[in-house]
Amino acid sequence: MGRLFAVLTAVITVVSTAIFISRTWWLPADVSVLGVGIDRQMVETMVAAGVLFVLAQLALALFVWQYGDRGTPRPIKIFPGGATPMVVIATILVGAEILVLTLVGAKVWAGIFLTPPDPKALHIDVQAEQFAYYFRYAGSDGRFGAMHPELIDDGNGNFFGLDPANDTTARDDIISASLVVPVNQPVFLTLHSKDVGHAFYVPALRLQQDFVPGLVIPLHFTATQVVKQEIVCTQLCGLGHYNMRAYLEVMPRNQFGQWMQDQAALQ
Amino acid sequence: MSTPYLSLSAKSLMSVGLVVLTATAMGALPGPAASAGTISGTVTFTGTPPKMRPIDMAKEPSCAKQHPTPIMTESVVTGPGNAVQWAVVYIAAGAQPSSAPTTPVRYDQKGCEYLPHVATLEVGQPLEIYNDDQTSHNIHPLAKVNPEWNKSQPPGAPPIKASYSKPEFIAVKCNVHPWMHGYFAVLSTSHSATTGNDGKFSLEGLPPGKYTVTAWHERFGSQSQEVTVTEGKAATADFVFKALPY
Repeated sequence: MGRLFAVLTAVITVVSTAIFISRTWWLPADVSVLGVGIDRQMVETMVAAGVLFVLAQLALALFVWQYGDRGTPRPIKIFPGGATPMVVIATILVGAEILVLTLVGAKVWAGIFLTPPDPKALHIDVQAEQFAYYFRYAGSDGRFGAMHPELIDDGNGNFFGLDPANDTTARDDIISASLVVPVNQPVFLTLHSKDVGHAFYVPALRLQQDFVPGLVIPLHFTATQVVKQEIVCTQLCGLGHYNMRAYLEVMPRNQFGQWMQDQAALQ
Repeated sequence: MSTPYLSLSAKSLMSVGLVVLTATAMGALPGPAASAGTISGTVTFTGTPPKMRPIDMAKEPSCAKQHPTPIMTESVVTGPGNAVQWAVVYIAAGAQPSSAPTTPVRYDQKGCEYLPHVATLEVGQPLEIYNDDQTSHNIHPLAKVNPEWNKSQPPGAPPIKASYSKPEFIAVKCNVHPWMHGYFAVLSTSHSATTGNDGKFSLEGLPPGKYTVTAWHERFGSQSQEVTVTEGKAATADFVFKALPY
């Protein structure tokens, strides 16, 4: 029985490692500028954790195979010096490893969350609500109309609480249910939530950021390929959470210009 | 037990109907239809109405594919000659009280849209709400006078049954699909009409007398007129709402 456990441990270790190495259930291909850094960090973390995982599990299997209880009474051997020095050494080594990974990854993190967006970035306002996303472009005047939460009226398409009667800058704002952006164009999002916590997650952009009601959260990215990807909510936000999604459409620049014109005509 | 009773009462109703019909046709009895008058008219607007927006249902593909061209928001729908659609015109005062009909009013959720946009029902009249879609809906009538509720309805679920005990115009939304928007017009009269794309309405079967006729529209509000119905003459009541672009 003990030897069977040793064999099983070894098999599980090898198979699960093989699944990771062959990238069977991996993220979709990255389509963003900053995603390259995330992917590198991810691989470094996986290799560091993976090597330790494989060594530890195979050692466990070996020890179970070699020293398992076979019904014959043998004296229990104590590791020289007791277990305490080993636990202390292991804690220091693992702690050091995590610290190094954090320091290496800090640059990637800062590039996404602490660096201001490109000054020429396309600014898009995002409203998350149960259970949909809406995206707002500034329109021909380049300015967003002010948001008045008390004027939000979903049934009439006023998802951002605009006041076009009194606020001329709001009249040309373009509202879309899809996030449409030109390829290779820095994009700057400001995230708003109308009701509860939501999340903006696009695996192909390697971006995941929560919405918090009452906060305006900045986020930026640059898509490098013409793709259509799902934007999903990853914060349990209520009954229809499973159904909360929108699409990111990355278009060639001229096609995007045409899309903006078509949308402007509809407002 | 109940079946013979029902068939008996149906038979007796039929025979009463026959007697009335025959009597009316012969001119022997002045039936209610003979003296009843009609109030008809048109609901129109002046000014510039707000622009309706196309509804993007990309997040719900099973609904999006039912609309090759996107449907528009319906809070202000206008027709030729400045006609106003979806106005509810009803007798607010002056009519004899009547008991609520037992025929249910059907309200559909189809293609992630409420059909009809405005459903008219009487106080106490049963309402049946159907989900004809392949997705879950969560209908939420935003009642303020009547009790408020919201109910989830997966595809294939039986109709939701409801009724309201007080007159009220109730905005209806879906808690899953924010763009879905409709109204329940709960009235305490059986004399009502909802305008079509020509803005026309006709309230029939009104005995001679004085009536308050009210036209209600979700964006434009309410207007009332005093109308007198005299025997054998058609009364008219036209309503003009002032529209603003924003």
